[in-house]
Amino acid sequence: MPEIRNYTLNFGPAHPAAHGVLRLVLEMDGEVIERADPHIGLLHRGTEKLAESKPYNQSIGYMDRLDYVSMMCNEHGYVMALEKLLGITPPIRALYIRTMFDEITRILNHLLWIGAHALDVGAMTMFLYAFREREDLMDAYEAVSGARLHATYYRPGGVYRDLPDTMPQYQASRWRSESELKRINANRQGSLLDFLQDFTERFPTYINEYETLLTDNRIWKQRLVGIGVVTPERALQLGFSGPMLRGSGIEWDLRKTQPYAVYDQLEFEIPVGTHGDSYDRYLVRMEEMRQSNHIVKQCIAWLRANPGPVMLEDSKVAPPKRVDMKQDMEALIQHFKLFTEGYCLPEGEAYAAVEHPKGEFGCYIVSDGANKPYRLKIRAPGFAHLSSLDEMARGHMLADVVALIGTQDIVFGEVDR
Amino acid sequence: MNYLEKLHEYLKDGLKSRILRSKLVLNELTLDVPPEQWLEVCGFLRYDNATKFEQLIDLCGVDYLAYGNSEWDVTHATGSGFSRAVQSPAEPDPFDFEQAEADELVVPEQFPARFAVVVHLLSVTKNQRIRVRTWCDNDRFPRLPSLIKVWSSANWYEREAFDLFGIMFEGHPDLRRLLTDYGFIGHPFRKDFPLIGQVEMRYDPETQRVVYEPVSIEPRILVPRVIREHEGQH
Repeated sequence: MPEIRNYTLNFGPAHPAAHGVLRLVLEMDGEVIERADPHIGLLHRGTEKLAESKPYNQSIGYMDRLDYVSMMCNEHGYVMALEKLLGITPPIRALYIRTMFDEITRILNHLLWIGAHALDVGAMTMFLYAFREREDLMDAYEAVSGARLHATYYRPGGVYRDLPDTMPQYQASRWRSESELKRINANRQGSLLDFLQDFTERFPTYINEYETLLTDNRIWKQRLVGIGVVTPERALQLGFSGPMLRGSGIEWDLRKTQPYAVYDQLEFEIPVGTHGDSYDRYLVRMEEMRQSNHIVKQCIAWLRANPGPVMLEDSKVAPPKRVDMKQDMEALIQHFKLFTEGYCLPEGEAYAAVEHPKGEFGCYIVSDGANKPYRLKIRAPGFAHLSSLDEMARGHMLADVVALIGTQDIVFGEVDR
Repeated sequence: MNYLEKLHEYLKDGLKSRILRSKLVLNELTLDVPPEQWLEVCGFLRYDNATKFEQLIDLCGVDYLAYGNSEWDVTHATGSGFSRAVQSPAEPDPFDFEQAEADELVVPEQFPARFAVVVHLLSVTKNQRIRVRTWCDNDRFPRLPSLIKVWSSANWYEREAFDLFGIMFEGHPDLRRLLTDYGFIGHPFRKDFPLIGQVEMRYDPETQRVVYEPVSIEPRILVPRVIREHEGQH
């Protein structure tokens, strides 16, 4: 018998299943993981330090680039911390818009997650399906903010502007026939809300399609059931939040327990797993997409019925109207001061957390009264989840590590910050 | 009296001299704890039946060295502007360790020490949050006992605080750098670490390897740091 010894395997940082730039040093006994040591920081940009050198509003764009598949939720956490320190509350319509876009973002995030997760495990088609639906939602992002990914749409005191009345249309080109153009532009004839309404009516059918492909699929179940089981006690100890915590059977969702925006006025349910394995987390996230769709529908109905301001009139944080600036000297000065120096926050500290698609995303701001944060600490859910990879992977096979990275829904923008 | 106020009273009674001060601002409860009581207070908050903070949501370091500094004086009506892209004051040589030893660190007097560690706790059963802060004894070599025995999630948070602020957590089993590069020198989130960094990296075709050189860019201030007084602050 030859002597078999443990050996070390380097996984990533440029592996397609590493979800970005994860370098994983695995100590293996045959094909069984003895120890997993994630090396992170390859995408560290020092967001928190950069934010210390910029006026508050200029850092909103950095928040998009943290978890770059759930952009507006990151912004929400940051502007909520600012609003808490400033002591302001945005108009109700802005809160509904935020809630709607938070849920659109949740669907966007979960779609990318299911696509990438299924691709890692071996189901190619899911990826194509998920990106088909993401396209529609990113068009909604584009219509409202002008950018498909990095929206920079939320502001302390509201949102940048109201929802548009028209949707961008596909243009004719030599690859698109007239009839094809008519077909793909059919649901873009009305406002953004009409477009989203059309999406929310189609989307439940799509989720059923995904479930047909995966939920009872033998290979899918063989790869996920019983993989990465986390007990409720360990889930709390390891700092889990979001679907990772709910997959382990703890009913905890900040949207219900510590409601922000207008979640306390909407109707939705919190799915909870029972076994704490990867398959339960998959089921939880699938149901979350259905619930998000339901929330978006309610928001659309409210937003249609209730026009109103989407930004505070408070001239301290809100820029003056363009029209006023043409005639009013004070408005011009105020605009200049707001966009150069920004505004000062009162001295103090605040922590605000939102239920981000991946878990609890929080911003801790220490202010010494200046126009820049003294210290900004971003609590990213993925950071706590990835730190538990060692514990979750022990005793599993090499191929399961890929399933575990998928089930944790890791995005390096937020882990490395 | 809401639950948070009750909890505040309960903790003041239960912990008494083990906390320096406590405050309830913006509906957030903050406890300041001396470093000697750090483990004990955190253990109490974790296991006591009335508090039950079973989750460590976040742990971070804060460097209070430059607290309250501004780059442009606006207390009086200013006769001088702040022109664009002003060069920052020169930074000392980062590798002159003797000079660094001799330089005096002046920490604003309202803080007991330069480095603080702040944790945010969450109780899932009680649906409550709390913030606990402590200051590390030695400004040159900040140390603190590790919380890893109380909450497992402290592991990476403490590694991060060590990496970015140089705070040593005693009893941590694996205190390595986490976010910065292999072989990185310095602790980048300290207030005396320049924003542009100290070294830059490039591939040198002559020696056919990656080389580190002092940064070639100059530090600039685009928007000055300004502290304006607020109504009702005093």
